[in-house]
Amino acid sequence: MTNHISPTSSRSDYALEACGLTCVRGEKQLFSNLNLKVTPGSCLHVRGENGVGKTSLLRLLTGLAKPESGEIFWGNESIFKDSIGYHRHLLFLGHKDGLKEDLTALENLQMYASLDAVSLTQENALAALWRFGLRGREHLTVNCLSAGQRRRVLMARMLTRQAKLWILDEPFNALDIKAVHELKNLIAEQLLKGGVVVMTSHQEVNLPNMQVLDL
Amino acid sequence: MNALLTIIHRDLLLVMRRKSEVLTALFFFVVVTSLFPLGIGADAALLRKIAPGVIWVAALLSTLLGLQRMFASDYADGSLEQLVLAPQSMVLLVMGKIIAHWIVCGLPLVMIAPLIGIQFDLDASSLYVLMGTLLLGTPVLSLLGSVGAALTLGVRGSSVLMSLLILPLYIPVLIFGAGAVYANSVGLEISGHFSLLGALLILALAFVPWVSSAAVKIAIE
Repeated sequence: MTNHISPTSSRSDYALEACGLTCVRGEKQLFSNLNLKVTPGSCLHVRGENGVGKTSLLRLLTGLAKPESGEIFWGNESIFKDSIGYHRHLLFLGHKDGLKEDLTALENLQMYASLDAVSLTQENALAALWRFGLRGREHLTVNCLSAGQRRRVLMARMLTRQAKLWILDEPFNALDIKAVHELKNLIAEQLLKGGVVVMTSHQEVNLPNMQVLDL
Repeated sequence: MNALLTIIHRDLLLVMRRKSEVLTALFFFVVVTSLFPLGIGADAALLRKIAPGVIWVAALLSTLLGLQRMFASDYADGSLEQLVLAPQSMVLLVMGKIIAHWIVCGLPLVMIAPLIGIQFDLDASSLYVLMGTLLLGTPVLSLLGSVGAALTLGVRGSSVLMSLLILPLYIPVLIFGAGAVYANSVGLEISGHFSLLGALLILALAFVPWVSSAAVKIAIE
């Protein structure tokens, strides 16, 4: 008897690929015919001057905005075909942190875990917050936290989200040196697990398997 | 389904942390409806006659007060983006937000209406009819209002624009809601009014969540 089971983890299963992307904001064409491919376990660092379209590119990749032309594929399937399935694998952190100011750090984490349909016990949520130096602040409402501490709550969310694809817009903003180091470790862990990371940053970032895209 | 409950729980929790916003809408309703008996004086017949209209108009306006908040605060802090990117149907999440808005801005009006009705010298059967119409009508107000709230996201001066967009759409609810109470007081059949209000509710339930979620996605793009 022949065995019909195909290899379960072919490298392109969870690769992010874009073909011939064109982005127009208002009257201005930001970029055209952009191609990129990020394979599992690698990281794409998007660089460029202010206003060149880094954030617009990331928003296209998340599916929040639709490209003027071109297609985006996640695991060989267009991201607009099964957007809920795509969003199950995706974690996007933009300029705005998306944390509710009147909820505590812990409540924010638990609320997002429930919306993202990932199981998260209270112990795991607390452990994630403690790992990023928020011990003793988990029951403070987010409006009592500093900008850097809010980013640390987001780091805890990255840890607990269990997403294959991270799209991060300026993740190093407002972080102190220690937190920058912790975030780099966190991203390196994600890459080791075979995740895909796309990010913008004005800092020099040294990570294994990193490609650079200059817009 | 879990997502629907999560979003309702989240919105109610946020409201509990900031009680002033809810209480404003409720107090607005109470104050406006109390001003009429004070201003008009002790003409019981006249008060009974204007009661349905006054109470319903006050309910429309106080619902409008809370609408602004439905999507705007989530839009401002980026959590609306995260909701769109959550692996859940956006229609379900929008429906959750509408239900939460109704629990906060609609349900209290239904419960307090009998007290307000007494100020207008309404009899018991009119009070029941008033509560019944509000119970059927206020969800329609929340549903239709969500369209306006979603369409005016990120627009400057959005609250005025939203009122102009939404108030005309409230007219059928107002006519049948207030009409039922009036018809009851003069001894006419009211089942027609209730059927029409029910039909409005079903129609709004069938279409509005889709329209609102599409409008939210456009606003975010």
